[in-house]
Amino acid sequence: MIELKNITKTYQMGDVETEVLKGISFTIQKGEFVAIMGPSGSGKSTLMHIIGALDTPTSGTYTLDKKDISAMTDDELANIRANTIGFVFQAFNLLPRATVLRNVLLPLVYAEMGDAERIHRAEQALRAVAMPEDRWLHHSNEISGGQKQRVAIARALVNNPKLILADEPTGNLDTKTGEIVLATFRELNEESGHTIILITHERDVAEHADRIIHIRDGSIEKDDVLRTRHKKH
Amino acid sequence: MKWQDIVKESVGALAVNKTRSLLTMLGIVIGIGSVIGMVALGQGAQNTIQANIQSIGSNLLIVRPGSQQGPGNPLRGGVGSATTLTLDDAEAIEEQVQGISGVAPEVSSRQQVTARGTNTNTSITGVTEIYSAVRNIAVTEGVFISSQHLSRAAKVAILGPTVRTDLFGEGVDVLGQKVRINKTDYTIIGVTVAKGGGGFGSSDDAIYIPLTTAQRYLTGNDKVSVINVAAAEAGSMTTIQADITTVLLDTHHINDPASADFSVFNQADIVATASSITQTFTILLGAVAGISLLVGGIGIMNMMLTSVTERTREIGLRKAIGAKNKDISRQFLLEAVLLTLVGGILGILLGWSIALIANKLANIAASVSLFSIMLAVSVSTIIGIVFGYYPARKAAHLNPIDALRYE
Ligand SMILES: Nc1ncnc2c1ncn2[C@@H]1O[C@H](COP(=O)(O)OP(=O)(O)O)[C@@H](O)[C@H]1O
Ligand SMILES: [Mg+2]
Repeated sequence: MIELKNITKTYQMGDVETEVLKGISFTIQKGEFVAIMGPSGSGKSTLMHIIGALDTPTSGTYTLDKKDISAMTDDELANIRANTIGFVFQAFNLLPRATVLRNVLLPLVYAEMGDAERIHRAEQALRAVAMPEDRWLHHSNEISGGQKQRVAIARALVNNPKLILADEPTGNLDTKTGEIVLATFRELNEESGHTIILITHERDVAEHADRIIHIRDGSIEKDDVLRTRHKKH
Repeated sequence: MKWQDIVKESVGALAVNKTRSLLTMLGIVIGIGSVIGMVALGQGAQNTIQANIQSIGSNLLIVRPGSQQGPGNPLRGGVGSATTLTLDDAEAIEEQVQGISGVAPEVSSRQQVTARGTNTNTSITGVTEIYSAVRNIAVTEGVFISSQHLSRAAKVAILGPTVRTDLFGEGVDVLGQKVRINKTDYTIIGVTVAKGGGGFGSSDDAIYIPLTTAQRYLTGNDKVSVINVAAAEAGSMTTIQADITTVLLDTHHINDPASADFSVFNQADIVATASSITQTFTILLGAVAGISLLVGGIGIMNMMLTSVTERTREIGLRKAIGAKNKDISRQFLLEAVLLTLVGGILGILLGWSIALIANKLANIAASVSLFSIMLAVSVSTIIGIVFGYYPARKAAHLNPIDALRYE
């Protein structure tokens, strides 16, 4: 489903060029639950932005779902983000003064889905992440951190994306709440067959995935398969 | 993205920052309000002045003694200071000039007037019976001066409504009562209809007496102060003006028109001069108001730019979940347009209030025209688009990653 070949990313800061990604290649199959792990500053987020069609690589090719992403226009990338990918961020990134429900259905607004269908899908997504129904009409700045991240996951799920990308999703949560969020990902992977890429610098978190790609200084250090499970889907 | 969703997002974003949205809008409200209000005031002043000039009679030409002072005649007295017109001049005009419907000579002087212990200072105008037709003056009570009054030099007076109130107060029957002017008692036989306009020289603040009486008891000579001439048709005013000049030069035995001892004023010219003055005034007011509108527009741009910076993360997030550049730019553009549109509508209400207050307090017939409302709405929308465009573009072209990294 995902194929990266020799991806590099160079940032130009004045006269200084920093090569943040130095030739990354790997493939991820549909339905995999993969963790990308590495110390802070190793280029994980940069890599995720490229996988998430938020950014384009300096060189190399990236194919997502048989489509070459490296050469797409802004609008085409926006379409990919709207229909194929769901993001979960460390900082939640919810619209604070909008309701939980509005936050979740926002991707569907940009995907130009009809009103009734939107609400139906948003409710489904909120149920899938076990968000208590009495909070749906609360503003998103009125709920707890764990609930915020669940709302963010619901938002990532709502357009039924083939790929869910989570960048340090437990970074702002305590261990217990983090466990619940990680269990949610596990469930989404096992029950609904979503392909999930989880980015983290913590071993404990990475171990929730089936496969860990270790990255250090912009290069892949190790690619560990922890378990191969028989998928339901 | 669908239009109704763009509207929803824009309204939502503006509602989040109510205070700031309202303050920004205030700039537009004041801008549009002052444009509408000032233009209404200017046009109202223009209409009022024109109505005042028209109210002294239609198609009127006024002959005054003295020449219009010019650089060529430094020694000559100004208009009105000389006494060179006589009843004979009025008769000559009536006989020799074609196309006139009436000639009304008048003698006027300011006098102290007393009645029942109260007194006032007003203009005493000696007139003939045709004066009421030529100068468009009607009586509301009693009668106007008749030919019998003139031939007898009767000591009768018709009061303007202002004088009547000054001397007798409201609601008193004045017909048959006496007023004393320059040691002579006059019997009141009529009161004229109020014309409004107010101010010095108003026909409401005057007493009318027979011309012959005025010449006998007040001025003591056969001169007249003014000859009013009504043209039968508006189109022939210029010709009549020239004809009057020719006739009077002839009767006064003057060869050189430049040294004429009288001047003929054309009401149309006076209207035109007054209009051009009030028009300049309107343009000036409008321009000042326009500047405040521009400042309001810059306020919108300033707020939108601040808002783009503050909402960088939000924009990045929207892009990450699938917003296209045009979805973002349309939302920001619509926010600006909504601010100016609502501001424009409130501004129209403000301008309308200014016009209403001016009507009440200053008695100016200020009126808000449909044209200026439509102009205001389109101008404010255009301001929204123009000043919203740059911030909207800036928002749309933010790199989503830079936006998400932005703290
Ligand atoms: N826009 C940018 N301009 C310059 N350098 C950047 C930019 N974004 C990231 N970097 C640098 O790239 C490196 C990798 O960053 P990042 O991908 O965020 O790492 P991680 O997510 O693994 O902590 C860091 O050294 C960071 O400073
Ligand atoms: Mg990171």
